[in-house]
Amino acid sequence: MPLLKDGRLVEDPWVPLADEDPVPKDGPVLVSLARWQAEREILRVRPAPVGVRLASDDSAEALADDLADVALVAVDFPAFADGRGYSTARLLRERYGFTGELRAVGNILRDQYLFLARCGFDAFEVSDARAPEAWRAAMAEFHNFYQPAADGYASIIALRHRRVAAAE
Amino acid sequence: MYRYDEFDRTFVDQRVAQFRDQVRRRLEGELSEDEFRPLRLMNGLYLQLHAYMLRVAVPYGTLSAAQMRKLAHIARRYDRGYGHFTTRQNIQYNWPKLSETPDLLDELAEVEMHAIQTSGNCIRNVTADQFAGVAADEIEDPRIYAEIIRQWSSLHPEFSFLPRKFKVAVTGATRDRAAVKVHDIGLFIRRNAAGEVGFEVVVGGGQGRTPMIAKTVRSFVEKRHLLSYLEAIMRVYNQFGRRDNKFKARIKILVHEIGIEEFTRRVEAEWAEIRDGVLDLPADEVARIHAYFAPPAYEPEGEAAATLARQRLSDPAFNAWVRSNAVAHKQPGYAIANISLKPEGGVPGDATAEQMDAVADLAEQYSFSEIRVTHEQNLVLPDVRQDALYELWQALDAQGLATPNLNLVTDIIACPGLDYCSLANARSIPIAQRLSRRFADLKRQHDIGELRIKISGCINACGHHHVGHIGILGVDRKGEEYYQITLGGSADEDAAIGKIIGPAFSSAEVVDALEAIVETYLRVRREGERFIDTYGRVGAEPFKEVLYAAA
Ligand code: SF4
Repeated sequence: MPLLKDGRLVEDPWVPLADEDPVPKDGPVLVSLARWQAEREILRVRPAPVGVRLASDDSAEALADDLADVALVAVDFPAFADGRGYSTARLLRERYGFTGELRAVGNILRDQYLFLARCGFDAFEVSDARAPEAWRAAMAEFHNFYQPAADGYASIIALRHRRVAAAE
Repeated sequence: MYRYDEFDRTFVDQRVAQFRDQVRRRLEGELSEDEFRPLRLMNGLYLQLHAYMLRVAVPYGTLSAAQMRKLAHIARRYDRGYGHFTTRQNIQYNWPKLSETPDLLDELAEVEMHAIQTSGNCIRNVTADQFAGVAADEIEDPRIYAEIIRQWSSLHPEFSFLPRKFKVAVTGATRDRAAVKVHDIGLFIRRNAAGEVGFEVVVGGGQGRTPMIAKTVRSFVEKRHLLSYLEAIMRVYNQFGRRDNKFKARIKILVHEIGIEEFTRRVEAEWAEIRDGVLDLPADEVARIHAYFAPPAYEPEGEAAATLARQRLSDPAFNAWVRSNAVAHKQPGYAIANISLKPEGGVPGDATAEQMDAVADLAEQYSFSEIRVTHEQNLVLPDVRQDALYELWQALDAQGLATPNLNLVTDIIACPGLDYCSLANARSIPIAQRLSRRFADLKRQHDIGELRIKISGCINACGHHHVGHIGILGVDRKGEEYYQITLGGSADEDAAIGKIIGPAFSSAEVVDALEAIVETYLRVRREGERFIDTYGRVGAEPFKEVLYAAA
């Protein structure tokens, strides 16, 4: 599956492992939360990076103490209408300070890119070659937002507040 | 009332442009109906039985005359010359063409209106007390906070794909006119012991197939914490609300299943993490929005009250209208004038383009250009001088808008039902029309007094039947339309869910059944006792006897 990262299609270097697959000697691997929790001591000392895949009902908190050892978190969207991953992403970024790659996988629509990006996702599993174009359009659709979120934009309230402060 | 600044204006314009592109992709076949569905729903566009329906947000039910005129224009230009005011203080158009909806939204944006989040599993248009700012029993104008919540919830990146739709209502008054306790989140503006103003937050009310009255999660939230507290509730709901079954996905079910104590514990734990952060509401933002809701330049009372008293004495028809449709105003010399959209035999909540234009003119002339939409599907001119009521009444009468039946037996709430809605079991509108004819006699209506009848065409309860003093629910019995009656519901501060009285009635029987209930009430009531109080005292028995004795 191609990967849309920072707005460009890139090769995905990560190898997804099913829970029963053997762990290869090197190269980045992506494992389930359960496997990570069971084999974390071994995975941690591998010479290559490890990513963890969260199901839509896995909590961000379950990974909170391990984020220093994890280079990628993939959050699954079993259906585009299942919005739990948006909260998971914000918690990973804003509460637990995760700075690695945060990837949305599963069923996502191009019209969700903006919401996903605002919640902290920076990579997306996509199936459409026109994804970069759609991405650029989505990112340009709005100039300002009412809410503070994980993308660090100042909210409209904050912008108004600054203006008042500057005038005083 | 609130006016957009350049941030708001840019935001709404960009939203229309985004939707225009989505419609283009749909029309060019780039999007399937399945892919387009969630997108159009986030913009209030439904596919109904016969056509698309567009629901336009009337934030907290407040409109300017210019906005009302635009709604009239849209009814003429894009619809069949009328619009339908809903139980969520919005307006619906039943016949727009898909290809024209972007232009329609552009026209709305010109008057600072939109259709954002009037459907979909997101935070819906926030509703408020229709008498906000003019009610005598008010601590503070709830629209200030409804506007703050409107902005915060608009395209919220985290809460646009919730388990289910989400409705918030706010009131600042002691009398609850906004049905706050049957909302997902209800906010009551309260003053604490120290004299500070904040919010009691209630959660988990709702109607539908599992009606519930909301419970308190926190009895006092300071103003500056309003948004962080709401965000904490939303985050708990987004993570833990059920997604396996559409009928169990509302927050009321989560609150019910884990219990209000556990729910409160989770909310408080989440709130502890995010309070005092970026969501802190700056006092200058509250003040900025507050200023838009400052009272208009009222004139001194003068002879207004005396003139009104004289006019009432000399014209009994006017007197009847004042008695039922004019409500006390906080300002001496002024009144709140209610415009009934429930004429005899009419469709509850429908207004023609001509009527909308007339109301806009009258608002300009008599009410500082302001209009309200009520969840009972009526309109309000909130600021009318008492000595102008007579002229206003005559002008309304000329438009068929002076029916003196506010809160009376023919002031019926009805959902669109099987005439429009694809989910319906039965028609609602024709039942409302037949009832309004049966009880047309005004003298009798005034004798019966306050009596709230609410009709839904299916268990989704858009017609609020659960909280009607008398509720009527359309059910399907072997392909035939039947109606189940509930008694004792209430949507106000003593909110209660009505109880089913017995087996359902056929369409042919239901109006007689209603009349039998009303006659029974008249027989057993005590002097001055409202229907709902009589029911509270005597219970269901006398009504059951009359309805089912013969069987
Ligand atoms: S109550 Fe049922 S029939 Fe009536 S509008 Fe709602 S979904 Fe449609």
